[in-house]
Amino acid sequence: MSIEVKTLSKIYGKQVAVNNINFQVKTGEIVGFLGPNGAGKSTTMKMITGFIPPSSGGGTVCGLDFVEQSIEVRKIVGYLPENNPLYPEMYIKEYLQFMAGLSQTNDSKVAVKNAIEITRLGPEQHKKIGQLSKGYRQRVGLAQALLHNPKVLILDEPTSGLDPIQVAEMRNVITDLGKEKTVMLSTHIMQEVEAMCERVIMINKGNIVADDNLKELISKHQTSLEEIFKQLTQNVDTI
Amino acid sequence: MWTLYKKEIRSFLGSLIAYIVIGVYLVLTGLFLWFVDGNNVFDLGIASLQVMFDIAPYILIFLVSAITMKSIADEKRLGTLEILTTKPISDIFIILAKFMASITLIAFALLLTTIYAYTIQNLSNPIGNVDWGAMLGSYLGLLLLSACYTSIGLFSSSITDNQIVALLSSMVISFFFYSVLSMLGDVSWLDSIGRSLSWFGLEFHYNSISRGVVDTRDVIYFGGFTAVFLGFTQLVFESRKW
Repeated sequence: MSIEVKTLSKIYGKQVAVNNINFQVKTGEIVGFLGPNGAGKSTTMKMITGFIPPSSGGGTVCGLDFVEQSIEVRKIVGYLPENNPLYPEMYIKEYLQFMAGLSQTNDSKVAVKNAIEITRLGPEQHKKIGQLSKGYRQRVGLAQALLHNPKVLILDEPTSGLDPIQVAEMRNVITDLGKEKTVMLSTHIMQEVEAMCERVIMINKGNIVADDNLKELISKHQTSLEEIFKQLTQNVDTI
Repeated sequence: MWTLYKKEIRSFLGSLIAYIVIGVYLVLTGLFLWFVDGNNVFDLGIASLQVMFDIAPYILIFLVSAITMKSIADEKRLGTLEILTTKPISDIFIILAKFMASITLIAFALLLTTIYAYTIQNLSNPIGNVDWGAMLGSYLGLLLLSACYTSIGLFSSSITDNQIVALLSSMVISFFFYSVLSMLGDVSWLDSIGRSLSWFGLEFHYNSISRGVVDTRDVIYFGGFTAVFLGFTQLVFESRKW
């Protein structure tokens, strides 16, 4: 089991962002973490990657507790945060070199070269990050997450704000990566999930409303993923 | 930590602020030392850098605040703090790396002023008749003082994502601890309370070390002061977890 989350909760003041959720991600799976804006997707990912601690509960990544052994977990997890923060004044290679150092890769030069190759950054690799188009910036963000050859990738809205061609390229890269790594990606776009993921975890208002294999989920409900999403997220509204 | 330190140094070298700030520092100390009427080396006729050492703590308030204002505030604004803090490095090492990088830059600025010390030495009569003890003490004092200012600067930078707010709060806090506390010592009606309060001020210890007597109590005071503000900075870092 790559990721295992048990009774995980996050409460901000009186607002419950994530409410006692449980799920598991098997090794080698590509899992879509689906939910409307503000459902708790990012909060969950931030807790797994150690940016914020849970209010209660916890879990493991590859057997390591992500609260108690956060530093160890960070060594095996590649994380692309929402909005893909970068330093605009740095050169791509300079930035990746810096990140490779922080990620404690053994041979940072090779790591940078590999990451550039995987994310197909080659033609732009000598530019400053500030000069790049959004699609390329997103690739830099993904390259940063790949440097230390992590076993698990956690990608928070990796395709948001990209044009259709860039989205298609990003999907290809992620699908390729999913052959070797466990990938958990969040999105609120249904087509993304249908194109890339084997399994779907749907979350709404901090609660998990569906957790199933994509095909089974669709055959169970006898309708499109989008309809299922609407039903499930609105159902909770009326409760 | 070393990686982050190198990146910080590089980003200083790549930004104008470092050059401007060092330039302003050298020009101002140079002006006060050699040119400003009434108080310069030639008017006083004493081969000493005392004028510079009196004025430097005030210039350093500005210098250090300008250097540190960006360090954490900008990471917050860009969102890159989330990247840094999800890499396998503890918060305290992120803070220490930034602290060391700023101190390195300031030490470099201080080092440049040793050319004034060399000049003074050649102007003295007979040549070399300079109180080196006091001068070394003062340099050490300035360096320790800069460490305190840097920790204040990092703290100010951590509480906001706006560099201007960081600059201003750092200058106000530094001025308070350097000057305001020691002024309280001169308020007659506060009497002994005022004098005790002035002991907590940076100026008291800076003056003491400037005389050329390196008292361990002063060094411990400066070290403790720095550690306290770096600790505050770490608390702010951790406040995202509350």
